[in-house]
Amino acid sequence: MKVRAQIGKVLNLDKCIGCHTCSVTCKNVWTSREGMEYAWFNNVETKPGIGYPKDWENQKRWNGGWDVKGGRLKPRMGGKWRLLSKIFANPDLPEIDDYYEPFTFDYAHLQQSKEAQSFPTARPRSLITGQRMEKINWGPNWEEILGGEFSKRSEDYNFGGVQKEIYGQFENTFMMYLPRLCEHCLNPTCVAACPSGSIYKREEDGIVLIDQDKCRGWRMCVSGCPYKKIYYNWKTGKSEKCIFCYPRIEAGQPTVCSETCVGRIRYLGVMLYDADRIEEAASAENFEDLYQAQLDIFLDPNDPAVIAQARKDGVPEAWLEAARHSPVWKMAMEWKVAFPLHPEYRTLPMVWYVPPLSPISAAANSGQISVNNNMPDIRSLRIPLKYLANLLTAGDEEPVALCLERMLAMRGYMRSKTVEGVVDEGIARAVGLTGAQIEDMYHVMAIANYEDRFVIPTGHREDAEDMYDERGSCGFSFGNGCSGGETKTNLFGAPPRKKLQTPTEVF
Amino acid sequence: MSAPIVPTSAGHEALPSIPIDLWVNTFLFGILPYIALAVMVVGSIIRYDREPYTWRTGSSQLLRRRQLMWGSVLFHVGILFLFMGHFVGLLTPHSVYQHFISAEAKQMVAIVAGSIAGLICFVGLVLLMHRRFFDARIRQTSTFSDNAILIILFVQLLLGLLTVPFSLAHSDAEVMLRLSAWAQGIFTFKPGIANYVAGLDWPYQAHLVMGMLIFLLFPFTRLVHMLSAPIRYVWRPGYQVVRSRKLGAQNG
Repeated sequence: MKVRAQIGKVLNLDKCIGCHTCSVTCKNVWTSREGMEYAWFNNVETKPGIGYPKDWENQKRWNGGWDVKGGRLKPRMGGKWRLLSKIFANPDLPEIDDYYEPFTFDYAHLQQSKEAQSFPTARPRSLITGQRMEKINWGPNWEEILGGEFSKRSEDYNFGGVQKEIYGQFENTFMMYLPRLCEHCLNPTCVAACPSGSIYKREEDGIVLIDQDKCRGWRMCVSGCPYKKIYYNWKTGKSEKCIFCYPRIEAGQPTVCSETCVGRIRYLGVMLYDADRIEEAASAENFEDLYQAQLDIFLDPNDPAVIAQARKDGVPEAWLEAARHSPVWKMAMEWKVAFPLHPEYRTLPMVWYVPPLSPISAAANSGQISVNNNMPDIRSLRIPLKYLANLLTAGDEEPVALCLERMLAMRGYMRSKTVEGVVDEGIARAVGLTGAQIEDMYHVMAIANYEDRFVIPTGHREDAEDMYDERGSCGFSFGNGCSGGETKTNLFGAPPRKKLQTPTEVF
Repeated sequence: MSAPIVPTSAGHEALPSIPIDLWVNTFLFGILPYIALAVMVVGSIIRYDREPYTWRTGSSQLLRRRQLMWGSVLFHVGILFLFMGHFVGLLTPHSVYQHFISAEAKQMVAIVAGSIAGLICFVGLVLLMHRRFFDARIRQTSTFSDNAILIILFVQLLLGLLTVPFSLAHSDAEVMLRLSAWAQGIFTFKPGIANYVAGLDWPYQAHLVMGMLIFLLFPFTRLVHMLSAPIRYVWRPGYQVVRSRKLGAQNG
């Protein structure tokens, strides 16, 4: 057993209102730069839909994630030689149009146009070529609130095994939001696919980062990541990804997307896991076993044996304490209401999701609602159970069903307690919980106070760096230390900085 | 060989005047090689050390896939073959390979294999150039050096292919032997190496000068990515990479 700690994350989709505050705040902080206009470290998709980039979940097309052949784990793109053979031209790389061609509008025209018969309009202009775009036909969130025809949206990979035709009818339609970011996997394919070895997982907090000085732009990581959460910066020729706001995490603060989430759906907490069993877990034979396999390598932070080993492996005391109060542990392990996104990719993702409840479907409404224990049957909910299972448990419906029942039970229990003044332990027992657990769930998931959502121990930089040496250093920069290569004549072809390429400047 | 250029005791009136063609020949083939190689080596080291953020392939596949798939593969396969051919062909001493192959046969192999690889590279380069200069996205996002190096490589390839008929004209391999003696002489610091290539047909000489120009420009262009060819990846242990701050600090 080798104990490692990671800051994990849970998103409670039951409370996501699809406001995109996470995406926008993230964009403003990290990707509002030339070359990264098209990149959203965090984006929110409306499901069902093919998503961003188009059809990202279809690994038959993009070859992301891992395969198991003869018990051996291998990237779907191929082993090392096969992967290197794609280095001159990578057939598995999306084109920017699969994301969208970044654009802006001729806003200046609104102010500067001469007097005319018609009202001036701000027409779109490509941020790559600077040329006018006649029609914008795709964007980062093109399917917002079921935009577009059902026939296109229903290409959604998660409809596998679902009779999807009936969900195209207005009476039966359903939707949910899916905010997505880098999963900071335990078994990341991007790391495995990087020929330069520039992508790495940090031992102390599990954050996966790209060493920008070591990245050579071979762009294999973009294909390797099944979540398509690595973006090639076409300006600098280097790949970039969500950094889990590590400067904030190290200081004990939540990531920007979590901090600014108005629905308070995001949770951050420490998870302990057995690093020696990562490969074993990722190699589980059946897709349906992968969720359980990942649960099995998480270590109980209250187990004295685990604590002893963790101390031996150098996990700081504050991290062990945080692990005992981790909201991620509670939701993933205690209440089993959070699930990994697409465990079948075998990357052992560490950003987990609580599936959403949904209204009782019209079909069930018109007939009789099947009721168990005063609670509607979760199979009569609008979002098909199979759809959620395809998204979160590789198609295994049982865990998702239990989760939805528990969330309904939480509502039933609290309604009974606060409206009728009756504490009904039976409701809790019916879903395998106790009343105290339900109240804890209610506290963490419904009330969701700041300190319950974010239990983040500070990083221990004093172990790693002599802070005295860092006095007066320049911190984060895009160049050679403090110089940043900002001379006008740059011998080595660094992209010119501080140059606005907005349409107002072109004209 | 002309008169040695040494000041005599009789004063500077007695200095022999140096014919301009000898001066040019010595500069281009006796001095320029060292300037080019020195700039390439030192320049690459400085860039690697000072500007690691700029050290990249500069792939534009994300912006336009069309033409790159064939263009890039053909170009790279062709040019790698040509590079290896030049490297082995020019730098293997005659005394080593003469046990396996005669100079004449080696020249025929070089002509045939080089022409095939050259044509493959030619098709790839034409595709890549068309894409770079006529695709709006690629044209707009290209830097001066991206465009320049593509044209330089293309001219160099044409010059190389142009030497083929000249080589076919004299199958006694004398030119090949002179060229490899010159190339080997550079690395053994042999005096007077410029004489080996003096008087060769112009495509050979132009090809050599262009080649040295490429060496000279190497550290200032995207060509540096070839030094980062990810060979190490093949025997990197396992697939995963984990970095530990603590261990890093302990190991200094």
